[in-house]
Amino acid sequence: MSELEQLRQEAEQLRNQIRDARKACNDSSLSQITAGLDSVGRIQMRTRRTLRGHLAKIYAMQWATDSRLLVSASQDGKLIIWDSYSTNKIHAIPLRSSWVMTCAYAPSGSYAACGGLDNICSIYSLKTREGNVRVTRELSGHTGYLSCCRFLDDSQIVTSSGDTTCALWDIETGQQTTTFTGHTGDVMSLSLSPDSRTFVSGACDASSKLWDIRDGMCRQSFTGHVSDINAVIFFPNGNAFTTGSDDATCRLFDLRADQELMMYSHDNINCGITSVAFSKSGRLLLAGYDDFNCNVWDTLKGERAGVLAGHDNRVSCLGISSDGMALATGSWDSFLRIWN
Amino acid sequence: MSSKMQSSNNIAQARRTVQQLRVEANIERIKVSKASADLMNYCSEHAKYDPLLMGIPASENPFKDRKPCTIL
Repeated sequence: MSELEQLRQEAEQLRNQIRDARKACNDSSLSQITAGLDSVGRIQMRTRRTLRGHLAKIYAMQWATDSRLLVSASQDGKLIIWDSYSTNKIHAIPLRSSWVMTCAYAPSGSYAACGGLDNICSIYSLKTREGNVRVTRELSGHTGYLSCCRFLDDSQIVTSSGDTTCALWDIETGQQTTTFTGHTGDVMSLSLSPDSRTFVSGACDASSKLWDIRDGMCRQSFTGHVSDINAVIFFPNGNAFTTGSDDATCRLFDLRADQELMMYSHDNINCGITSVAFSKSGRLLLAGYDDFNCNVWDTLKGERAGVLAGHDNRVSCLGISSDGMALATGSWDSFLRIWN
Repeated sequence: MSSKMQSSNNIAQARRTVQQLRVEANIERIKVSKASADLMNYCSEHAKYDPLLMGIPASENPFKDRKPCTIL
């Protein structure tokens, strides 16, 4: 037998081993364990604020850690920092490239980042001595579009790209500290764990992966979806995460059981999910869809608990503030809505 | 690329795949029943701190509907 053939056989054996180990742990289901739990009942939220100002599709947003400011990015070529309480625009930042696909707010509030079809992650200083906002670093190295970026702190950012890799960057030097390779399709989204030691990625190869930030290793891979994964988010305790896909389902994966625990779907829902977020306790899963709506799911029981209708086009992004007080949704209709 | 280079690339790739699968195969796993119970417990312990789940009284809602002001 050639070495290649031996290696292929060994790979097959290992895949079977993983499948069997997962099956051995599959002694019950999340649905069975929560069968006796009270359902959350009907969750109704109203639009409390509408943030108007972008002139084209909004592609991304992220709350600042103060639960009041937020950043949004639109293909009108602007990054806007909003005060969600007053709806005032704190900054309207013109971008060098209007083909933006992602944006992020540093936990300190001092920086924002964005990128897209320019393959570059641009870092903006929001608190310069002169009082203006300017680009402080352009992180180039990806050979495909920037799909997502998330700050670890003021000096480190993690990115995901259409070039199938993710990267950890040292913002000071502008270099990639670590490259995360393994996906075989465009990586569309990433989510940092609450303890910042790991992150999960979701890709167009229909798989999601858990990565160790320090050593660059992929620790676990999860399959199940049958189409592109567009969004991933960690469950608040860091032991699980949810993905949203073009296959019209969201799925909850548990890291310690190393398998899918729940699927969130309905016969009436036939369009892709663009974005996902958990409420503060993790009990509610919010998901944004191509059909202009947001669905609210009971994470534990897998039932739909509510629908948020109001946008006139695809919901492209959403996020819940760190104090859990509000959901922000961004849409191709050029508006952001704040709900609770 | 010569066929020799191509086949050594394939072998290198296959070795990497096996190496990665070994890492993933060797992790410790817990039962789904335990993982599920832990998720359920986390949600129940934190439910009271979840405004979107519990509802927000108007007096505590920083986004409560703004009433129009009357100039007297």
